[in-house]
Amino acid sequence: MGDNPSSRSENATASDSGVTGRHTRGAGTGVSPSSHDEPPFGGGGALPKKTRFGMEAGFKGLSVAAGAMVLVIIVAIAIFLISKAVPAIRADNENFLTFNQWFPNETEPRFGIAVLAFGTVLTSIIALLVAVPIALGIALFLSHYAPKRLATPLGFVIDLLAAVPSVVFGLWGRDVFMEPVREFSGWLNKYFSWIPIFGGDGPFGRSVLLGSLVLAIMVLPIVTSLSREVFRQTPGMNEEAALALGATKWEMIRTAVLPYGKPGVIAAVMLGLGRALGETIALAMTLGIVFNISFNIIENGGNSIAANIANAFGEANETGRGALIASGLVLFAITLVVNMAARAIIYRRREFRDSAA
Amino acid sequence: MSLLDREASGVVMTPDNIRTKRLPVAVNLGVAVAGLAIAAAIVYGFGIGNYVLVAVLGVIFYLIGLQIVAGRIEGPRTALDRMWKTLIYAACLLAILPLASVVWTLVSKGVERLDGNFFSTSMNNIGARDPEGGAYHAIIGTLEQVGIATLIAVPLGVLGAIYLVEYGRGRFANTVRFFVDVMTGIPSIVAGLFILSFWVLIVSPWFNNGTPRFSGFAASLALTVLMLPTIVRSTEEMLRLVPGPLREGAYALGVPKWKTILQVVLPTALPGIVTGVMLAVARAAGETAPVLLVAGGAASINFNPFEGGQQSLALFVYQQAGDASRYAPARAWTAALTLVAIVLILTIAAKLLARRNSLSK
Repeated sequence: MGDNPSSRSENATASDSGVTGRHTRGAGTGVSPSSHDEPPFGGGGALPKKTRFGMEAGFKGLSVAAGAMVLVIIVAIAIFLISKAVPAIRADNENFLTFNQWFPNETEPRFGIAVLAFGTVLTSIIALLVAVPIALGIALFLSHYAPKRLATPLGFVIDLLAAVPSVVFGLWGRDVFMEPVREFSGWLNKYFSWIPIFGGDGPFGRSVLLGSLVLAIMVLPIVTSLSREVFRQTPGMNEEAALALGATKWEMIRTAVLPYGKPGVIAAVMLGLGRALGETIALAMTLGIVFNISFNIIENGGNSIAANIANAFGEANETGRGALIASGLVLFAITLVVNMAARAIIYRRREFRDSAA
Repeated sequence: MSLLDREASGVVMTPDNIRTKRLPVAVNLGVAVAGLAIAAAIVYGFGIGNYVLVAVLGVIFYLIGLQIVAGRIEGPRTALDRMWKTLIYAACLLAILPLASVVWTLVSKGVERLDGNFFSTSMNNIGARDPEGGAYHAIIGTLEQVGIATLIAVPLGVLGAIYLVEYGRGRFANTVRFFVDVMTGIPSIVAGLFILSFWVLIVSPWFNNGTPRFSGFAASLALTVLMLPTIVRSTEEMLRLVPGPLREGAYALGVPKWKTILQVVLPTALPGIVTGVMLAVARAAGETAPVLLVAGGAASINFNPFEGGQQSLALFVYQQAGDASRYAPARAWTAALTLVAIVLILTIAAKLLARRNSLSK
């Protein structure tokens, strides 16, 4: 809606020839132009003169500046992170991208992002593998299966869960959820240790599995509420056509709802991925923080870029801070790419843009 | 005649009894019980697990049994439909379990220290053996930091949204819109690192004899970065809902555009804007990572956000959770309960406000 033509100011320009006053007049004050040498033509004198530095231009300038502020902040984030990261990477005695230890506080700083980047991607992907099927199930339940009396409050609760701070999930994961996960890991290890990811001799508990499951619980509400909106927007005609052709409810969902919602679901999953990659505190409290690259998901261990920043920040010296900022820069780049891809998908399907954001 | 007879005897012609073959509920339940029984027999018979495994295997056997039985009675397509319906309901139950556990633990462990002392004392001079200590300083810190962040982010965000809706045309506006969306996904820790490298390490030494200064204000700046895109987005959506004739009416009366926006468009969209701001505030209040990096995290009460370290409620939870004292977990859980209460009250109030808002219907 907001496209009102700015024809008012054009009118004002057109009437400039009539008004020769040296200062602006508000609308309605110019009805008696007796103080001027020439009377204005017609009623044009009632319109304010277009001025170069009036409230109009000032307000517009202010709002443009506020809009541009967003771009300024994004660029500033990149610039300042790079400015602090580059000296630290210069001081690094190992390859920043491939080295797999983190000793930036020593006199001969040695650190690399390899373990952290690997851990970040591993935990996020496991979290999404767990969360996405369940989230889509709940979204379909809310949009197509549940009676409206149940769907509205349940959707409300899901939205509330997205607002619960991550530190609370972290605390719960560490104090409550760790025990069941430890037992489950032991069970997996007992019967499935021939699969490498469930191997090892323990101890179990503070593992990639625990971190990923906590992360999955946190990502769940986001993916659910976005996909629910998308599923709900399926044109009723498509659904009714499928049902009229004799489709069962599931066949209707498979042929009408899912294909229609596919881009929106992909975007929702990528936004969830962005959230999972950047999650800090919950992972800092549940992962074992160990520096080695391992696909074993049940033994104590695991690490991520963001969790490492939270854990190592306390004892970091200047190079150490620079190294953490450098790792943050990598995280920023990864999430920026993921988010831009997700948004590009949403923008291609314009109808999702206003609701699925 | 026969139709009339059947209606007289109390049978109504609904789609349910026109359809010929339906799986009776009793059979359905029977399959479920049989599945569980087989699962229990296998699990306990071989001693390979506990009740969790019984439940998981039971669901799998139920699905297989249902597929066979319903496939016989109703045909394979309806059987498939039943299977997916069961899976979708199971997904819902599976998700509710951990969430219910979170809520239950939060309340049961949180009430332990929910006393006056907790809300009136700080952690100053509280050693590892002291059971007292509270979160007064953290609550002060959260309120001040979020308050300052709101003061900065709301004017900026609302003006930015006004630009996007009222003035923004062409490529620049589209770029801004796109990056507002992208900025929503910036990790909070990156916002913290940004303020660390920009404000704490570069700007604050100018005012502080060359040494970096951690402060509550730096935390507010980081929270501002996180709140801004959320506020722009929600305000933009609300402004778009303001009917065009309202604006045109104002223009027709000769009101300049800026005055129309300030006195007609904004008041109309105000409830929606307030809702968006409250949601952003709720999210900012729960952020830990940026505060951890830039606020300093003091143990004593500090009302001045510009000088000296400050605590925040979320950071307090994190620090107490990492504390070795045996009294620390109780403090952490009570602080978490307080934090969740604040965040949820704000969120619920915002959602109720949104529901009463006539524009968003």
